[in-house]
Amino acid sequence: MSTAQHDRPMVEAHGIWKSYDDGAIAVLNGVDLEIDAGQTVALCGPSGCGKSTLLHLIGGLDLPSQGRIAVNGVALNRHRDMVRFMRHEVGFVFQLHNLIPDLTMEENCLLPALAAGVARKDALLRLHELARRTGMQDRTQHRIQKLSGGERQRTAICRALMNRPRILLADEPTGSLDEKASSAVFELLIELADSEGVTLLMATHDRGLAAACDRMIEMHDGKIHESR
Amino acid sequence: MIFFRLALVNLLRHRMRTLFSIAGIAFSVAAMLTVVTVLQGAIGMFTGILSSGAEMIVFERNVSDLFFSDVPLPVAKTIAGWPIVAHADPVLFGIVSSADHPIITCFGVTRDDARIRQATWLAGSADSFGRNQSDIVLGERAAAFLATSAGKDVPIGHGVFHVSGIIRTKNGFEDGGVFMPLEDAQRFFHKEGLSVITIKLRNTSEAEMFKRQVHEQFPNMIALEDAEFSRSYSQFRILKATAWAVGGCGLALGGLGVANTMIMSVFTRIREIAILRVNGFSNIQIAATIFGESAVVSVAGASVGLIVGAVALYVLKLIPALDGYVDVSMHLSLMLLVVLLALLTGIAGALYPAVYAMRIRAVEALRFE
Repeated sequence: MSTAQHDRPMVEAHGIWKSYDDGAIAVLNGVDLEIDAGQTVALCGPSGCGKSTLLHLIGGLDLPSQGRIAVNGVALNRHRDMVRFMRHEVGFVFQLHNLIPDLTMEENCLLPALAAGVARKDALLRLHELARRTGMQDRTQHRIQKLSGGERQRTAICRALMNRPRILLADEPTGSLDEKASSAVFELLIELADSEGVTLLMATHDRGLAAACDRMIEMHDGKIHESR
Repeated sequence: MIFFRLALVNLLRHRMRTLFSIAGIAFSVAAMLTVVTVLQGAIGMFTGILSSGAEMIVFERNVSDLFFSDVPLPVAKTIAGWPIVAHADPVLFGIVSSADHPIITCFGVTRDDARIRQATWLAGSADSFGRNQSDIVLGERAAAFLATSAGKDVPIGHGVFHVSGIIRTKNGFEDGGVFMPLEDAQRFFHKEGLSVITIKLRNTSEAEMFKRQVHEQFPNMIALEDAEFSRSYSQFRILKATAWAVGGCGLALGGLGVANTMIMSVFTRIREIAILRVNGFSNIQIAATIFGESAVVSVAGASVGLIVGAVALYVLKLIPALDGYVDVSMHLSLMLLVVLLALLTGIAGALYPAVYAMRIRAVEALRFE
């Protein structure tokens, strides 16, 4: 992302529309959003309001039907190398952690680094640093099936941060956890985002957690209604 | 390493399916190896009959089978007199039968023939060959399956012959054959000519000159070096083509098995492939995991197939009816070729699954449960 401009917002989304089935199902209806670099932003709203869709569009997993999204100054629909964007600019944390169950915690975390061509030695150094900071240093050789829900989500956070992305997109990261694990994972996300200097955009139902973010954005029926 | 690990993990996840795929490739490889080896061995033996003490053969041009070749006897006499020819052995091939054995190869040869001179005589001697009319010499296996021995009479075709000797050769066809003096064979088969003349030149570098000379003086005849004959003989070509076609069909079936495994593997891992994509895997890297899986299946299948093929050939060698008829020694080049074909089959089988996997859109696949 050599064209990045530091005085610009990290995320710029203007006039975003997204619909499926040739417009029959409208999910996003003209979303405008700007997020500054380093901010932690909570995206709140009821199920089906378009939170996940907006995250997917910002993360480059999908393209808007209309509108323009730019991350770090580069328009995604003009992004010539989406693979490079996925590897170096963005990290994802999902509600269902989306880890490969037969691999170990270490192997799961190494996937994005090795896919990006990072030397195994360097990738392992980074992994051990993240594992230590997430309290997973004793679990690196454990298979995912052997980990608890909270540990799996910590693994997913480690994996998302492996390549030092500029923006971390978390889609209901605490949605499948109990209250204790939920707040632990949330605190970890906030702490890591802060220490790594990563912009965090998190979709959540939990307004208590959302209140602890720098900003809280409310979504209804595919539109942003209020923003704090 | 991580790609290999991913491939291995996916294969181990569905062990039975993987085993069936490996078995499919293994049996294909074994079938191809066995069929082609047996056939090449048989062709080699047949060629060996002709190349016994010779490096060239002369036969009638444009015949589909050497049994139909008719070389006039004077041709053999003329060629034998050429200065570049060390010796020329006339041979008449025929098929005879006995009560229990409908097909026995009969060789009408002279006493000076290399087959007679170079054989190990278990009974009788080369000097006694053709001394008396109605004398024949049997190959060791022919004597065994005709349940006779030297000194006895044996009914062959419409005649009864006296077994004057028994020989052992390294060639299964010869070992299971009947040797008659050339004149007796001509009488028996009602032929005035010969099937082939096997030629030994004084100097092998004069092969081209010899061929030209045959072409100029006997336009209805053709002279070929042994290797040329083996390559060009239409029966051999048909047999080789058949063997490779059978083997190819086997491999194609194996390839379909791999394709089935791989496509099932992709279908059951759509979400996982989406995860790889979200983690920055490129299309090539995703395809590499699919091809990696198929390569593991192919290599494992080919390895097992080589072992199964070797065992099958060993068992074939033990079958008394085939003993000596087929050369079952596996050639390294054939083994490498079969393994290479198995790998290519595996890759071909993974093509569609890989393309399918590359087209998976992460955003849709992540919704896939």
